[in-house]
Amino acid sequence: MKFSENWLRSLVNPDLDSAQLEHLVTMAGLEVEAVEPAAPAFDKVVVAEILSAEKHPNADRLQVCRVQVGEGEPLQIVCGAPNARAGLKTACALVGAELPGEFKIKQAKVRSVESFGMLCSAKELGLTEAAEGILELPADAPVGEDFRAYRRLGDHLLTLKLTPNRGDCLSILGIAREVAALTGAQLNHIDCSPAATTIADSFPVTVDEPQACPRYCGRVIRGIDAQAATPAWMLERLERSGLRGIHPVVDVTNYVLLELGQPMHAFDLAKLKGGIRVRMGQAGEKLALLNEQAIELAADTLVIADDGGPLALAGVMGGAASAVSDATRDIFLESAHFVPAAIAGRARRYGLSTDSSHRFERGVDIDLPRHALERATQLILDICGGQAGPLVETAGETPRRKPVAFRPQRACRLLGIDLDAGEMAAIFGRLGMQVAEQGDTFQVTPPGFRFDIEREVDLIEEVARVHGYEAIPTVAPQGAACLLPVSETERATSEAKRLLNVRGYQEIITYSFIAAELDADFRAGGQAVALLNPIASQMDTLRGSLMAGLVQTLRHNLNHGQERLRLFELGRCFDGATAEAQPLRLAGLVYGHARPEQWGEAKREADFFDIRNDVEALFHPLSVQFERAEHPALHPGRTARISLDGQAIGWLGTLHPRLVQKYDFVRAPILFELAWSAVAARKTPRYAGLSKFPAVRRDIAVVTDADVAVGEILQAARANLPAKMVDIALFDVYQGKGMESGKKSLAFSMLLQDTEKTLTDVEIEAAVEGMMQFLAERFNASLRAA
Amino acid sequence: MSTLDEILGEAQAAFVAVDSLPALDQAKARFLGKSGLVTEQMKGLGALAPEERKAAGARINQVKDQVEALLKARREAIQVAQLEHQLKEESLDVTLPGRGEAVGGLHPVTRTLARIEQLFASIGFEVADGPEVETDFYNFTALNIPEDHPARAMHDTFYVQGGQLLRTHTSPVQVHYMQDHQPPIRIIAPGRVFRVDSDATHSPMFHQVEGLWVDEQASFANLKGVIQDFLQRFFERDDLRVRFRPSFFPFTEPSAEMDMSWGDGWLEIGGCGMVHPNVFAHVGVDPERYQGFAFGLGVERLAMLRYGVDDLRLFFENDVRFLKQFA
Repeated sequence: MKFSENWLRSLVNPDLDSAQLEHLVTMAGLEVEAVEPAAPAFDKVVVAEILSAEKHPNADRLQVCRVQVGEGEPLQIVCGAPNARAGLKTACALVGAELPGEFKIKQAKVRSVESFGMLCSAKELGLTEAAEGILELPADAPVGEDFRAYRRLGDHLLTLKLTPNRGDCLSILGIAREVAALTGAQLNHIDCSPAATTIADSFPVTVDEPQACPRYCGRVIRGIDAQAATPAWMLERLERSGLRGIHPVVDVTNYVLLELGQPMHAFDLAKLKGGIRVRMGQAGEKLALLNEQAIELAADTLVIADDGGPLALAGVMGGAASAVSDATRDIFLESAHFVPAAIAGRARRYGLSTDSSHRFERGVDIDLPRHALERATQLILDICGGQAGPLVETAGETPRRKPVAFRPQRACRLLGIDLDAGEMAAIFGRLGMQVAEQGDTFQVTPPGFRFDIEREVDLIEEVARVHGYEAIPTVAPQGAACLLPVSETERATSEAKRLLNVRGYQEIITYSFIAAELDADFRAGGQAVALLNPIASQMDTLRGSLMAGLVQTLRHNLNHGQERLRLFELGRCFDGATAEAQPLRLAGLVYGHARPEQWGEAKREADFFDIRNDVEALFHPLSVQFERAEHPALHPGRTARISLDGQAIGWLGTLHPRLVQKYDFVRAPILFELAWSAVAARKTPRYAGLSKFPAVRRDIAVVTDADVAVGEILQAARANLPAKMVDIALFDVYQGKGMESGKKSLAFSMLLQDTEKTLTDVEIEAAVEGMMQFLAERFNASLRAA
Repeated sequence: MSTLDEILGEAQAAFVAVDSLPALDQAKARFLGKSGLVTEQMKGLGALAPEERKAAGARINQVKDQVEALLKARREAIQVAQLEHQLKEESLDVTLPGRGEAVGGLHPVTRTLARIEQLFASIGFEVADGPEVETDFYNFTALNIPEDHPARAMHDTFYVQGGQLLRTHTSPVQVHYMQDHQPPIRIIAPGRVFRVDSDATHSPMFHQVEGLWVDEQASFANLKGVIQDFLQRFFERDDLRVRFRPSFFPFTEPSAEMDMSWGDGWLEIGGCGMVHPNVFAHVGVDPERYQGFAFGLGVERLAMLRYGVDDLRLFFENDVRFLKQFA
């Protein structure tokens, strides 16, 4: 809501300067979003009259004017504007004036003719962006008066950011009412007394939907002059509210809308057929609106119709066919009440947002239509002449405000204040509410213009607001001093993130929505979830894998000169739209050398096993299993499905060569993606005792077929440890020179221990032999000859 | 007894002449060994007259002690020299860079969230979580924003197939949590939120932290207390002032915008208010017995102010040159 401070002060003028007034309303919940001066700063500009204008002796396009600027001798001023002429009243910047843009007016010689000032255009004074010629002021403009004072340019334009609950402040009257309540300053009366009716003409109105439109007022005015000029004072107020003058009748309805908050509509009476009918739209009916938009009506849309069909979207916008024009002689003026539920959301559905719908959605005082119609009628008669018929009102059962129970004690408890009940009653009184005390409870009836007072807490808010949020103390709360639970079996995300940091990974946060094609490249399962209203096509699908964002981020950083990257992200992926299909995952990407380039160490590309170690570290001390598997985005020969306790919980692999090419990488990034729930799971340690007896290590080297998976050997061996053997580990793999083709050598270390006694050689030999036999039987392994 | 003096002189010269411990041991043998010069002198005592023997013995022992002292001194000198040599040999250019993996860092949003969580944990707030694809009920209806309410226009909502939507705020977590827990409740809910809005100062995805405190006493005055305390601790500035301005959110009443003093003016930092009774009704909490407050903070906003970041878009470009500054 944008308006002129002068206009507001014409209704209520508290003893506050502009800044204080702005602070007052902001702190009452009517946030002042912007304050602009009505015009930029300039001085020494006065109303002037051109007495004569003669052609410049040395220039074709210039004139030498004699200009009266007040008492004293007329000034000689050279002017280049074609509209400078004798008798014109205009604005004159005197010698010494400073105009916007630090433009100083000096006495000057223009083509050897002395000039003592400058006649100004609206543009030169910063009033408009563009101008043709110098300002043309009305004939009654007082010569010599300071131009700023004459045009009231010291005014400020305030923009309020009003919240949806305060529809009552969508008018100058509403804001003035609020200022009066907050300051106690007097609220001036707006004259809405009935206009004189001089004709008996009326137009029939039928309301089919009295629930949606409980009051409809209308009036015929005949014989108006549609060419009449809207008065300057009204245009000034409209313009300072961001509206332009359109047509004298429309200007009046706009003015009343701004002044009182009542949306109105003027129909060209000559274009109406039969009678007005307020009814629901019929599906398929069409209507061409004032803004040249053609819409097709839905059945839940309230319309104003006549015998020929719909004329206007009730409470939203009028139709083009019945609009007033320069040729209009007779009008039918509408001033109705539509309930918020009948208008809410309708404008938006047709892609519209109008001053009218904005107000009706939030609620307009049901008592206002009559007053507004009288006010508008008088203004139209004053400006356009004509003769008014009687005000016709169709009123159904008009909804009335119900009293709301209010407990002062409850307000004190909720707000944490100690305010006297009498002061609260006084606050309600100032807000125009009726208060009836019943013991410890008040019955408070809100005024018709307040649509946001329906329950006790609404009244508590009013107390807080008018008493002042700043007057409510700032108090640390008292709570039970309980420790927070700290789980030892679910670790914090910060712990895993720090571990990855220490291993060189940088955290990233990417958008949850990506391009559908990117999603398809990386999604390993689930149902893709598309956005119905994406902000751009590259962001139209919810990600099914974090790998997509990692790869995109890699691409971005390679483009910016990076060569080696380790990245990770923790975030939700979307395998569907249910709450369960939004798993939190942890994913990482590695690109480039295994180590940052450094002295004393040979360069080596990071490989699958470097990253596998990072993944294993994330799960430590739990151990996860890796098995060969296929993932749509990963190299089929270099991909492992990761499981924990038999549950598949993630992936590790190098990017598929197809995607390496598609995303234009020189080498293949290595990626992992893990279910966060699995990474977070921990077991509380359980002490198992320490052996007093030394552990013994024995190593063996065995030969197997080259295609036997070492992971399977280790897993099986660990599940089948012979007596006294506590662990087996791989410490070397060899294939190549000296080995039979198709074979490989694996070196294992075995740890043997007894908790009761020192192991004997016989026991040790038996255990090693047992393992060897197991490997031979299960994996066809043979002992490697030394 | 000039011989003894000569032996002493000879020993001194011999010891100085060697510079290793094995050579010193050889030199020692020449004087103190079984047939060393000093030992031979001792053996020669027997040939002396008994009355001369005592004095001569004393003299020999004196020389022997002196030789041993020379030996000890020389041994120590050699050891010192050897150690010095070793130290010199082993010295490194300690200014060479260290080897190994570089250390990565956290995203500034994570860093900010961690700080927020830590501060609120210190007064007993637990962290709660909820889905990002939400139902209309949790994002709007349960928060007292019915269909067609003008407040819905304030939330530019992303919709997905099946009528669901991307949560526009973290407030739905309040609803989930209160459905599952009875008061007293003290939670914060950090997370991603989404709005159909993208320009220099708006990102279609950003982070919020929702806070909720419900018990029998939690008042608006307490809300002011918690927020002021938080902002002063977060920015480590006791002189930071906080202003509460009446505002409107359907799920709180009274509602307030929180402004923070910054430079010469005020900056909006989030919204807050007392939980609306209709929200309590949706989750089965008795609004006569319980009351409480909720607040929502913009995480990127806090991060920008704390770390001097001047462009919101940097957070999601993930340029490592930017990210590394927050390690």
